[in-house]
Amino acid sequence: MALNVYASPLEKIWYYLIRVFCVLVLIGLVLPIMVIIPISFTSDTMLTYPMPGVSLRWFKEFFSSVMWTLSMKNSFIIAGATTALATALGTLSAIGLTMANFPFKGIITGIMIMPMVVPIVITAVGIYFFFAWTGLAGTHLGMILAHTALATPFVVITVTATLQGFNRNQIRAGASLGASPGRVFFKVTLPQILPGVISGALFAFVTSFDEVVVALFIAGSEQYTLPRQMFAGIREKYNPTIAAVAAMMIVVSVALLVSVELLRRRNERLRGITQ
Amino acid sequence: MNPSYQKLDAAEGLSLKVRLRRAERKRKIKAAGLVAPLFFFLLTTFIIPILMLLYRAIDNPEIMAVMPRTAQAIQKWDGAALPDEPVFAALADDLRQARKDRTVGMAGKRLNYDITGFRTLVLNTARKVSRMKTEPASYREKIIGMDKRWGELLYWSAVKRAAAPFTDFYILSALDLKRDSGGHIVRVPAERALYLKVLFRTLWMSLIVTLCCLILGYPVAWLLATLPVRISNLLMILVLLPFWTSLLVRTASWIIVLQKEGIINEILTRLNLTSAPLQLVFNRFGVYVAMTHILLPFMILPLYSVMKNISPSYMRAAVSLGANPVVAFWKVYVPQSLPGISAGCLLVYILAIGYYITPALIGGPKDQMLSYFIAFFTNNTINWGMASGLAVLLLGATILLYTVFNRFIGIDRLRMG
Amino acid sequence: MKRISILVAIIVGVALLAGITVPADSDARELTIVSWGGAYQEAQRKAYFDPFMKKTGKKILDESYNGEMAKIKAMVEAKNVTWDLVQVEAPELINACEEGLLEIIDWSRVGGKGSFIPAAAMGECGVGSIVWAFVLAYDAGKITGEGPKSWADFWNVKKWPGKRALRKSAKPALETALLADGVPAADIYKMLSTSAGIDRAFKKLDELKPNLQWWEAGAQPPQWLAAGDVVMTSAYNGRISAAVKEGRNFKIVWNGQLYALDSWVIVKGSPNIDLAYEFIQFASQPQNQAISAAAIPYGPTHIKAVAEVDPKIARDLPTHPDNLNGSVLLNTEWWVEHQAELNERFNVWASK
Repeated sequence: MALNVYASPLEKIWYYLIRVFCVLVLIGLVLPIMVIIPISFTSDTMLTYPMPGVSLRWFKEFFSSVMWTLSMKNSFIIAGATTALATALGTLSAIGLTMANFPFKGIITGIMIMPMVVPIVITAVGIYFFFAWTGLAGTHLGMILAHTALATPFVVITVTATLQGFNRNQIRAGASLGASPGRVFFKVTLPQILPGVISGALFAFVTSFDEVVVALFIAGSEQYTLPRQMFAGIREKYNPTIAAVAAMMIVVSVALLVSVELLRRRNERLRGITQ
Repeated sequence: MNPSYQKLDAAEGLSLKVRLRRAERKRKIKAAGLVAPLFFFLLTTFIIPILMLLYRAIDNPEIMAVMPRTAQAIQKWDGAALPDEPVFAALADDLRQARKDRTVGMAGKRLNYDITGFRTLVLNTARKVSRMKTEPASYREKIIGMDKRWGELLYWSAVKRAAAPFTDFYILSALDLKRDSGGHIVRVPAERALYLKVLFRTLWMSLIVTLCCLILGYPVAWLLATLPVRISNLLMILVLLPFWTSLLVRTASWIIVLQKEGIINEILTRLNLTSAPLQLVFNRFGVYVAMTHILLPFMILPLYSVMKNISPSYMRAAVSLGANPVVAFWKVYVPQSLPGISAGCLLVYILAIGYYITPALIGGPKDQMLSYFIAFFTNNTINWGMASGLAVLLLGATILLYTVFNRFIGIDRLRMG
Repeated sequence: MKRISILVAIIVGVALLAGITVPADSDARELTIVSWGGAYQEAQRKAYFDPFMKKTGKKILDESYNGEMAKIKAMVEAKNVTWDLVQVEAPELINACEEGLLEIIDWSRVGGKGSFIPAAAMGECGVGSIVWAFVLAYDAGKITGEGPKSWADFWNVKKWPGKRALRKSAKPALETALLADGVPAADIYKMLSTSAGIDRAFKKLDELKPNLQWWEAGAQPPQWLAAGDVVMTSAYNGRISAAVKEGRNFKIVWNGQLYALDSWVIVKGSPNIDLAYEFIQFASQPQNQAISAAAIPYGPTHIKAVAEVDPKIARDLPTHPDNLNGSVLLNTEWWVEHQAELNERFNVWASK
């Protein structure tokens, strides 16, 4: 909305005031995250500005540390498996939820979104007792199952949103032309909802990749993930290695975010919702 | 329609209505079948664990397991006068056995929740009872002789309460209440009352954070909704970035920004605005700043999605009819954005009351919310009943808000960018 | 639908496989040792973990914790024990031992009770590993004039303005407060055994409360001193010495140090119990304890180890005669009895 040429001085002041305010808020959103990137190149042992010099020593430290590299490996294994499992389960149930009404649908939908809403400490402590009892605590499988439970709401929400814009008559058209339901799914439905499925998958990945509270309770040292190791680091060994890890994780986040945004826009373009 | 189909239907003698209903039912079953895997997955990895956790808030297994005879004998006790000889004899038997099994500490710990000092009483009595060489004439006199506290009703009523299969002790404690020796619910003394205050603090801090998010987020959402799509999409990435970066990364960043020799203090001292560095972290201020930052995207997104659909022509109409732009904005635009405001506020509030990591790493002891105490009781004092009692409180508040959210706004309208 | 279900089956299968095939889950697992993290664990790695691995060819996994016994209880209850050896503080040792969470030590397998200092046989479930101390520490680069000399000075915010840090627990905040209030070291527990004494300690803490910040992990005090968040702090003596080694100009005030003993315990039902005993025995050798003391100055527990320690290093140990002036030995028995009650009161007090 451009400023009207006939705007009064007061309106002009408001116009600029709001823009300045918004710019400040946006800077406030991004800058506090970004400050950690330059400091990861510090040559000092403390996480304070100004930096005495520039070096790569903390990245070297990261890659030469067994604990850090193990936790990086764990993070990718756990987040990868979580993504596969959560995407499969979440996509199926999103299709089911949009297909027809069935008894208790409201409650079931409510339950599926619950992991996102229930305070994470409650989820983590509950899973911790249950997994300790079943022998899943301190295993990779336990971490994957717990993270999948946390990640599925995001898949369900994104895929459901995509499906709402999907014209179901196409399925009927496909079926009336003699295609099997499976063929219809892969040839008609999936290509159209794929952007939603992929962004759901990315959400699932990032949920697991960033998760720390569940890891705090159920991960043993063999299952430490990057955030879990960072948590220990902030408490135990507060040095710029943490900043180096954070910087790398921000790069991953930005890459994922940009992919999701591109997918979303492609999806909207396909469905002709561009404003 | 193909004539052969018609023939087939006629042969089966089914009306179109019945066939439709059948197809519909088949579709319903198929839909439910597709939802089932995730439902059962969440049932086992999420719902059941949480229900089991909540069960611990009323579960009362220690005394029944460690002191079964006493637990049974004391059921018949009316609480008016001291228990009879059989109860004392059962106590002696149980303590002797428990000491042998090394479980007496468990019973002592449970009883100590109710009355401080009970643990030592149980341990000492167990030791003395085990040392007895001969059967005494009266266990009652003997045990009261060991420690006169066994002659007080207060202690026995605590044993009786702890010997029942279920207890309301933890949930009452979470509300700063307890039962006195007569079984009446009373407030705990002021120097032990904490959790109502923490609950209130949790709700209060979340409210402040929600308001901060609304104040900061509303103009931004408005701007994003009114700018051309190309620009607003770009800015949207800035809004979403905090949402996509790890909570831990953000928290670590805020420590760097806010600490004594951090960036803010550095700037303030350079500009001569302060003589000494300000305390910005490990206090309430730091927690508010960090939480607002983390939750702001959850406010902006619902606001934006509602505002995008508000047509600018209403505002134009109001202004052209002579309304002051500010008044027009307040009377015309804001009411239309109310659904977005309520969705954003509820979402932020629900998420805020469950926060743990941020206050734990950035706050001081006066800034800890309920989640912290749940983790504290789970990890540090291993009082799992108490952890569950507080979890009931927190989960109750969350579910209440979630139901409101679901009823008025609908979770299916939630968008993740 | 068939193809979808096949697809799903494949994806789920892959996911589960990824979960299952990743290295060593709880069964045949390595010896897992849990300690306090930070500089201390680094020293242990150098003195014990690495040499032990070299000697026996067995792998050790080390984890760090903040003294929470919850995981031990959960794993013992669930009969799925994933920790073998844990280093614990004395009151926790006694409590956990009474609750049946720990193995009872067979002293003949670690060299006999007689070869340790008397305090090292605390309860039935632990073998003493180090003598450590809470000390007052400050950054001499920031306090350039006269430094604090006692806990009373720690309370003197007029002379040394700024924040202070204490450990966030009743132990040893109450002892510290009474020392600062002028109670002689020998009378601390006599005083704390009366409710007037406890009130007095809390009242003294009240005085300093606006200037207090609380630490939970041993690595925090040196960080905060270095970052200028606090002007002085209580700290584990070894962490301060480690920071000094890294070039920080920190000073320790030994007057009024509060010292105690940590022990090795074996978690009940540990599948690696033999290896655990072997490790305790290895870690109790005088020469190995001397290496540890040289890496981080905590006092050894083996009688002969004292002689093995370089006299220059011995000066930094809590057990050195010069450092014992005005010191308080943390009273385990007393804390076992009062811990629950006082921690609760402390929590209420701290969060008000």
